[in-house]
Amino acid sequence: MNRINQKLKEDKKLLSIYFTAGYPSLNDTVTIIQNLEKSGVDMIEIGLPFSDPLADGPTIQASSTQALKNGMTTEVLFKQLKDIRKSVSIPLIIMGYFNPVLQYGVEAFCKKCQEIGIDGLIIPDLPVDVYHDEYKTIFEHYGLINVFLITPQTSDERIRFIDSVSNGFIYMVSSASVTGSQSGFGDENTAYFKRIADMHLKNPQIVGFGISDHETFTQATAYAKGAIIGSAFIKHLTSKKIDTINEFVNFVVK
Amino acid sequence: MNYNVNEKGYYGEFGGAFIPEMLYPNVEELRQKYLEVMAEPDFKKEFNQLLKDYVGRPSPLYFAKRLSEKYHTKIYLKREDLNHTGAHKINNTIGQILMAKRLGKTRIIAETGAGQHGVATATVCALMGLECIVYMGEIDIARQAPNVARMKMLGAKVVPALSGSRTLKDATNEAIRDWINNPVNTHYIIGSAIGPHPYPDMVTRFQSIISEEIKWQLKEQIGRENPDYVVACIGGGSNAAGTYYHFLHEPDVNIIAVEAAGLGVNSGESAATSVLGKEGIIHGCKTLLMQTNDGQITEPYSISAGLDYPGVGPMHAHLCKTGRAEFMAITDDEAMTAGLELCQLEGIIPAIESSHALAIFEQRTFKPDDVIVVSLSGRGDKDLDTYIKYFKL
Repeated sequence: MNRINQKLKEDKKLLSIYFTAGYPSLNDTVTIIQNLEKSGVDMIEIGLPFSDPLADGPTIQASSTQALKNGMTTEVLFKQLKDIRKSVSIPLIIMGYFNPVLQYGVEAFCKKCQEIGIDGLIIPDLPVDVYHDEYKTIFEHYGLINVFLITPQTSDERIRFIDSVSNGFIYMVSSASVTGSQSGFGDENTAYFKRIADMHLKNPQIVGFGISDHETFTQATAYAKGAIIGSAFIKHLTSKKIDTINEFVNFVVK
Repeated sequence: MNYNVNEKGYYGEFGGAFIPEMLYPNVEELRQKYLEVMAEPDFKKEFNQLLKDYVGRPSPLYFAKRLSEKYHTKIYLKREDLNHTGAHKINNTIGQILMAKRLGKTRIIAETGAGQHGVATATVCALMGLECIVYMGEIDIARQAPNVARMKMLGAKVVPALSGSRTLKDATNEAIRDWINNPVNTHYIIGSAIGPHPYPDMVTRFQSIISEEIKWQLKEQIGRENPDYVVACIGGGSNAAGTYYHFLHEPDVNIIAVEAAGLGVNSGESAATSVLGKEGIIHGCKTLLMQTNDGQITEPYSISAGLDYPGVGPMHAHLCKTGRAEFMAITDDEAMTAGLELCQLEGIIPAIESSHALAIFEQRTFKPDDVIVVSLSGRGDKDLDTYIKYFKL
């Protein structure tokens, strides 16, 4: 069974952390992953940096720009991750935009992910319809779970479709926003979390965008299976050393 | 061969809507409604009325006698430079502002490079009394101060794009992010024939007034609707799309697309996407774009701020791939020389973008009887600084 599916069966609220590969320094990738696992994080999203990350706010864009300057490429990332499964056992997901994947070759990319032991992909600008018609069989052939986003504006009908195409979890964007752009959740967010929970989807939901601390993590996971932190973690990496990762994680899950 | 968009939003293998889910409801709403709205008699009436009374259409089709004599052929200029705000951009912004109103939107956002599309958007927002926010790269803001001032006078808020290379592509990213953050009340007026479906087709249809007029104007002037060639410069490709549209399926009309070679196609400082680009995804569509082997989008260069976009509209990518259009690349120097030549032979100061299209006559010989229509997409007022520096005027 895919590590993601296994993890989702555990009886706890999951904390997933996003970071941009190649940031702060080119060769921090493996250390960050190892430290995150040691700190008790449940799942990791490894960001493959892109020059034009449309869905991301300034924090993640700046880290991507720096990572690219540092020399991060798809090839370099795959080399860095070559032996990752010797030291890390939690689910690993690569999150990146579609163009770099397309240039590498979708099938070659998926094959490489399988070899390394990557469990899933999140590609925000690969729409579910295109995935379903053109790429689903390739992803499945290489044992990869593809994760789709939903937002407060996504219609029930489309959510049902996304649920039917998904085989891991649904990435629930907390509000209409790019990453890292809000602080705290209000009644509107909670109502949305509850509405989705009441749909009783086959895939569990993990909330992302706007989670930065213990309070927002607790709010987000009141109705969902887990939550993803990205920008707040990148900010931590920017201001602190990478061996203080456990401080950040403890601050969120306590 | 069909050169128009198909029902799934593709031109051959190019196009589509590669957008994050956050944009799906907006783009889908537009996709479902744009053709219906554009077909409403009310919409057509208001659009045509504004084009006539406000923009000043039809724009003249002018036989450039002295230019024709010099190159021993028959050159007609489609005078989009005479439109209100000085370029073809206004055709599209008029159309989209009417679309936005019918979709119930109250807030307008746009991206701009040189500022022409920003000015055209700020203009129609003032006209309709809608809030207007224009994203512009920090570097472009510094380069294009007069257009920034124009937008401000017209009541728009100009927001600097501080990310990435701080130019047009980053301004586009920022506008898209704004749309993600404001999914309900906002319409995004894209200025070129790019972006996710239905934008390339919608922009092309609004700009197609150019070729619609060329047809009847040519008929009036020489007794036939079809020229032997239509020529236009291409950045994203909105004036080109409009100039070609009604000739796409007329096999006796040759199509020439003129890209900016910058300092030379292989100089490393160029915007000749058809030569230097590879298939990929930019700003929501699959098309030809300039990128690294790794799929990172690179920064193009041209002396003309309106042509230095790293991609090209998906319709043009298809015209290139199928060979329907002939693509040519013109350097900064060639374009500047052609621009000055038009001033001196015809008394018209062209935009540097349009000068690229005019420069083909030094590169390529036409027959004396050939009828060639060149889109003079904009006027050169905005480029005076560049002309002054280049020619040390």
